[in-house]
Amino acid sequence: MATQEKTYLQAISDGLRQEMRRDQRVFCLGEDVGVYGGAFKVTQGFQEEFGASRVLDMPLSETAIVAGATGAALMGMRPVAEMQFADFVSCAWDHLVTVAAKQRYRAGTPVPIVLRLPSGGGFSGGPFHSQNPESSFAHIPGLKVVCPATPEDAKGLLATSIEDPNPVLYFEHKHLYRRIKGPVPEERYTTPFGKARVHREGDDLTVITWGAMVYTADEAAAKLADEGVEVEVLDLRTLIPWDREAVLESVARCSKALVLHEDTKTGGFGAEIAATIAEEAFEQLDAPVRRIAAPDSPVPFAPSLEKAFIPQVDDVAAALRELAAY
Amino acid sequence: MSTGTQVEVVMPQMGVSVSEGTVTRWLKQPGDAVALDETLLEISTDKVDTEIPSPGAGVLAEVRVQEGETVEVGTVLAVIAPEGSAVAEPKPEPEPSPEPTPAPAAPAAAAPQPPPVEAMPAATRLPPSPSPQAEPAGNGRTFISPVVARIAAEHGVDPGGIPGTGQGGRVTKKDILQFIETGAAAPGEAPAAQVPSPAPEPAAQTPPAAPGPVDEVPAAVAPPETAPPQEPEARPAPAQPAVAAPVAQGLAPASQVPDEQPLATGESAEPMNAMRRGIAEHMRRSLDTSAHVTSAIEVDMSRVVATRDRLKKEYQSSYGVNPTYLAFVTKAAVETLKDWPWVNGEIRGEKIVTRPYVNVGVAVSLEDGKGLIVPVIKNAQDLNLLGVARSIADIAERARTKKLMPDDVQGGTFTITNPGGYGTFHGTPIISQPQAAILGTYALVKRPWVVQDELGQDVIAIRPLMNLTLTYDHRLVDGAYAGSFLRDLKTRLEGWDEG
Repeated sequence: MATQEKTYLQAISDGLRQEMRRDQRVFCLGEDVGVYGGAFKVTQGFQEEFGASRVLDMPLSETAIVAGATGAALMGMRPVAEMQFADFVSCAWDHLVTVAAKQRYRAGTPVPIVLRLPSGGGFSGGPFHSQNPESSFAHIPGLKVVCPATPEDAKGLLATSIEDPNPVLYFEHKHLYRRIKGPVPEERYTTPFGKARVHREGDDLTVITWGAMVYTADEAAAKLADEGVEVEVLDLRTLIPWDREAVLESVARCSKALVLHEDTKTGGFGAEIAATIAEEAFEQLDAPVRRIAAPDSPVPFAPSLEKAFIPQVDDVAAALRELAAY
Repeated sequence: MSTGTQVEVVMPQMGVSVSEGTVTRWLKQPGDAVALDETLLEISTDKVDTEIPSPGAGVLAEVRVQEGETVEVGTVLAVIAPEGSAVAEPKPEPEPSPEPTPAPAAPAAAAPQPPPVEAMPAATRLPPSPSPQAEPAGNGRTFISPVVARIAAEHGVDPGGIPGTGQGGRVTKKDILQFIETGAAAPGEAPAAQVPSPAPEPAAQTPPAAPGPVDEVPAAVAPPETAPPQEPEARPAPAQPAVAAPVAQGLAPASQVPDEQPLATGESAEPMNAMRRGIAEHMRRSLDTSAHVTSAIEVDMSRVVATRDRLKKEYQSSYGVNPTYLAFVTKAAVETLKDWPWVNGEIRGEKIVTRPYVNVGVAVSLEDGKGLIVPVIKNAQDLNLLGVARSIADIAERARTKKLMPDDVQGGTFTITNPGGYGTFHGTPIISQPQAAILGTYALVKRPWVVQDELGQDVIAIRPLMNLTLTYDHRLVDGAYAGSFLRDLKTRLEGWDEG
């Protein structure tokens, strides 16, 4: 399969374009996605190619965007809605959580919507433009949660999200947009939900993570490798569903696990993973499961504070060293 | 009960890896007046025995831990009340407090003698130090993780008999897997607990390269290096329950003889103290770890004897130090180690560790003949003969008067044991882990010896002879290497020309 080196952002953009060319039911909507091409230029050139009726500029109302997408989906469309920032999906909580998530259970009608959620910090976006609210939605039965880390997965998981008959929250990490490049197949392909990806192999410690933290974990693991400790980095890729088997298999092998996420700690999805390991792999453990996450605070604006807030390579390396020495 | 001025006496932290201590003797009884810093009691830990001075003046109001009991660091041992206070009368029925009061967060703060932070050579501080602490893991004081417990159960292995490399000497999954892989334990049997130490068990023991009989001299009992002092802040809740003495005794370490067997007529039993438990565990573990081989060499000590006779008076009158034969041998051995660094080295994981310095441990037996301790002379390579002699005298004195600090017995890189004082002429001591070798020095005896006279003719002369043995870890040190070391040591002693 021919591949091309692309940024994470380009992979999302090309993937979405490919889906729109392929399936007339697919359309996108959001604030400034049309004429302006999207706040991050994911849909640049889309209106020219697909017309204003398939690339809808919406009013400044997330409620209207999610509710409109839900209605269109009920009528058989495949809407891909962009929240300008993931943080603002909270405005649409009711339509997403009360209506879209439960519609199929109540009435049997699928709601195949995709919400594209530019999320994450690392560029001084402050408390309204930097959050990783995935765990809030992972808690809601009926929603799927996707967090790609690589350009290849970004494209493949977007295709799977659009195909999926359920509401899918597609968290695209802003800090990866132009920073991360990788080979992306030209052809259309889908990446399955619920299958973790081994980002780095190791037999001494397991790090379970997703999104931008995959790279933080990898850099920390490289440091540990220099010290003779082989760390396995598992990229979950999707949180709902998540690959319990892969996690439990890796923990059974390494017996020491660290769960890492950029979201805040309390009630974060890492707690679910740690609890599952404790429940199902207790007799495999040679150390307590560690969690590294952001502290329970809004995301600070000041660069120095934000750096202290988001888990850094040194934080992870230090925790890994402690685990290794335990 | 608190008057606000009472002072609690707590079990001090006698070193980073020491988690408990045993009260061996109360020197004061409830109701006795005590002065500040007056010795209140004696305690015994894995590493050292020491005296505990009173942290306050007044009256010993209450003794909470009786002689023979083992309690955790930080446990309140006694309460000192101000003189004339109401609590001076010892209660006839002391409050039953079988469980030691859990320590407040920082017991060390109350400890009368916090061990000084010692400038240890960097090499001994590396985090993944393979040297576990002396604490036997098998008596329940060290946390056994779920995976280690499961593997132990599956293989019928007692984790207490396995050297641990984890935090605080904890047995990690890797430790137990390695233990099983190297065939140290056969499936289905509970090895460590039942293997009588000297018996060549056909079942599963790793055969030493030269399986000599186990030596009668348990020479090197240096409590090995403590675990790295780094204490991760996010340490999980301590898994060690507060173990009261009876419990601790019940959960015997692996190497202890099972005590189910009742006493026969005429037999008597006494509890093992912490030192004996430590020795037992360390001896067994050392034999399980290293491939012990002993080589011996005879040394004509004529020149050393002559030098010593010459120096003796000067050293004693000027410095108050006796230049013992042990000092000569130690000095010569330290110099010789420079040329044969592996004898002063260590197998650490997959690596061979050597160092440019010699921290020489010298085995000192205690006065009652029960137990011994191996204080360490740090950087012995920097000392001349007088310095070596003085250091040996100092540590021996402090060992016998229980004035050693935990750091005095740590960090050894090579050990010398001297059972020759009893007239023995040969032995096969056991290596102090994780070192690579131990030198034995034996009785200096006059023997007929073939020498050459001035015409080159062989004649028999009377010469003072001393046997030296080097017991080495054959995994690291080959026979030729050990022999070369002994040859050079012999040459150095026979050609002694200093002073």
